[in-house]
Parts: sequence; structure tokens; C-alpha cells
Amino acid sequence: MKFLCVECDRQMAFEERQLPGDGTLAAAFRCPQCGRVVALLTNPMETQLVASLGVKIGGATLPPQPLEMVRGMVTTGRDDAFEESREKGEGRGLIWSVEAQARLARVPGFVRGMVKRIYADYAKDRGIAEITPAVMDTARNELGLEGM
Amino acid sequence: MPLNIRTYHDLTEPDRSGLPGQIGAQRRRVAERLATVARVVAVMSGKGGVGKSFVTAQLARALARAGRAVGVLDADLNGPTAPQLLRLPAARCTLHDGIIDPAVSPEGVRCFSMALLLEDGRPLAFRGPEAESFVWRGTLEAAALREFLADVAWGRLDVLLVDLPPGMQRFAELAELLPEPPPVVAVTIPTPQSEDAVRRALHAARERGAPCLGVIENMAGGPFAGDAGDALAREFGIPVLARVPFHPTDDVWDALVPKVESWR
Repeated sequence: MKFLCVECDRQMAFEERQLPGDGTLAAAFRCPQCGRVVALLTNPMETQLVASLGVKIGGATLPPQPLEMVRGMVTTGRDDAFEESREKGEGRGLIWSVEAQARLARVPGFVRGMVKRIYADYAKDRGIAEITPAVMDTARNELGLEGM
Repeated sequence: MPLNIRTYHDLTEPDRSGLPGQIGAQRRRVAERLATVARVVAVMSGKGGVGKSFVTAQLARALARAGRAVGVLDADLNGPTAPQLLRLPAARCTLHDGIIDPAVSPEGVRCFSMALLLEDGRPLAFRGPEAESFVWRGTLEAAALREFLADVAWGRLDVLLVDLPPGMQRFAELAELLPEPPPVVAVTIPTPQSEDAVRRALHAARERGAPCLGVIENMAGGPFAGDAGDALAREFGIPVLARVPFHPTDDVWDALVPKVESWR
């Protein structure tokens, strides 16, 4: 899918993505010539279809997690299905605020380990020392975690 | 006056999403993970209830008894039975370094299955808008199969048997994900109804360019009348690899191993 600024006859460039709520995925594109911005909005079914392809609009920014789609989308998974080995140095020095910990605790056990790792990698890549709900929201939008 | 709009391929400026590149990376991940697997063989039928999973598990156990490194990928996501048939001990799946280890049966068969992940007795269910689930459910199941292939570290295997569900959709997805369509073993029971369904499946496999290695007639010599195994073998020019009676002994499966060797 590409966007063309018909007036300028220029391909529009991806600007940013957002998850504004109710299952909508928004992707904004800007014309590099006139600066006009348009947003593509998908309905929940279309958002789901994008997620099911395992691709990220705006590009993938973190390496894929094992069984990422299965863990993110299956709702009948066992809480104790996975045992995650802790990699050396992983999450060292990273602080989770009380609110962020509470939010993480509400994530089903089937996917919690993966979600925690994704947020930790996101914070580490950006030099963020403390994970808060605001950081989690930003990461969800930036990383395209539709199902999490 | 209509607008003068160029085609998709006329627009060649860099695309930050790079969706074709992301799909390509998914395929490469599957190919890299399966680089240590000498051969992938699909066990299929067009028909449900003919014993594909049973045959797959018993064949895998026989291969393991013969000292072969064998894995079973249970591609029946909605009715997974491989762990039970292989007598896998209950265990958590271990994740490390971006991969997942398969479960291992007491006889050394490596296995991965949706049954290892789901709550006991619960169906495979996905989050998403229920009203239009028919649109996206098939895509999610295909993605689950892709992840099973891409993320499970099988290690060195002589054979990876893929236990397919009834119908041909999952085979088509598997053939699409692999560098080339996998050879297939067809399982039938003796009846004309099974023969008809398996015929369609074998034609579909052939049309995708998959070699047909042979047919296994399961539940032979029992209450089911017919000669589906022989009829399909004649029609497709393939061998009847085995006629499996009700309550087969290990000898029946062990006799299949040399035929597996000849597939190489």
C-alpha cells in the first residue's frame, strides 16, 4: 500500500503510527513536496488482518520474538506454557514503576514474559531508565503492538 | 477529466514500512531454521478420521527406534494430538536466544504442537473482532504455522514429519512457506469415500509440484470394505507403503523405516 499526493504527483512518506482506540490503527503519511499529511485508518477487522500477517506498518524496529504472533494473539494459552531463560545482563538497571508493574501483572501469563522483554528492549534501545505506563503506551504505538 | 494516477510499481521512493521486505525476512527465517533438517515430509489426507496423526506418531517412533533423528510438527492447530500420541511428558516450553526448544518424547522424537501451549480442554481462540473472524482467522492460523517452522529449534533432523489436518488448505500454506513443496505421504482407510477424498488431495498436492511418496492404508482388514490403497497406488503410480491393521504391533511400523530410508 502506497499513498500518492495527486496534486504534487509525489509518493507520500510514512510519518507515524498510532493506536487511537477501539481497534483502530492509524498510519500518517506526509507529502515530501507540499507537506500535506493524510492518515490511513483501519477498522478493527483490518487492524487484525495486518497483525495476523506479522508485519509492522512503518517498519519493524525490534527483532521478532519467538512465537510472537501466537503469544500475542492466542487467548486460550496456558499461563505456564513458557519458561523464559534470562539472558545475561537483561534488564539490568531498569526500573519498573509501581503502576507499570501493576499493568504488567494484568497481562495474561501466556504472553507476559514476551511483553516484558519487548518493553525492556524498547527502553534499553532508547536509554530510558524507568518504565512507566506512559512509556508502555508510547512503545505500543511505535512498535505496533496491536494485540498487547 | 480523470486524474492522471501512476501505478503502484511506478512509485519507487523508499518505503519505510518495507512490507515485502518484512515478508521476505519471515521466509528467510523459516529457511534458516530448517537448514539443519534433511527432509520435510507431509503426512496428509483429504479426509478426517483416517488416522493421520496416529500414523505420523507411530512412524516417528519407529524412525526413532531405528536411530534416526526425527521430529513431528503438529500442523493440526485446532485438533492437536501429537503430544499425547508421542507420550510427551508435561513440560513448559523453553525459550532462549530468540528460539524455542521442541518437546522431546521418551523415545527421542522432537515435537512441537499447539497442544503444548493451550489450556487443557480449551479451543484455539484468538483475540480480535468476533463478528468478522472468518476474514482473519485463516491468516492467523497460517501465521502460527509459519512461527512453528521459523522459531522452533529442531536441530539436526533426518526427517521432520508434518502432521496435517484434514483438507488441503494447511498443505498449501506449508508448501508456500517452504523453499519447495514437501513430499507427501497419503493416509487413507479402505473405503471408496476415503479414496475419493484422498484422490482430490493427491491431485492438489501434485498440482503444486509435491512428490507423492506413497499411500498408507490404515484400519485395513477390519470392518471397512474397499481397496482405496491399491486403487490410489495404481492411479498415481505410487507404492502402497503399508497396510496397517487395527491394533498394529511395532513390527508394522518398523517395516516402514526402510521405505523412509529409500525416500532420501
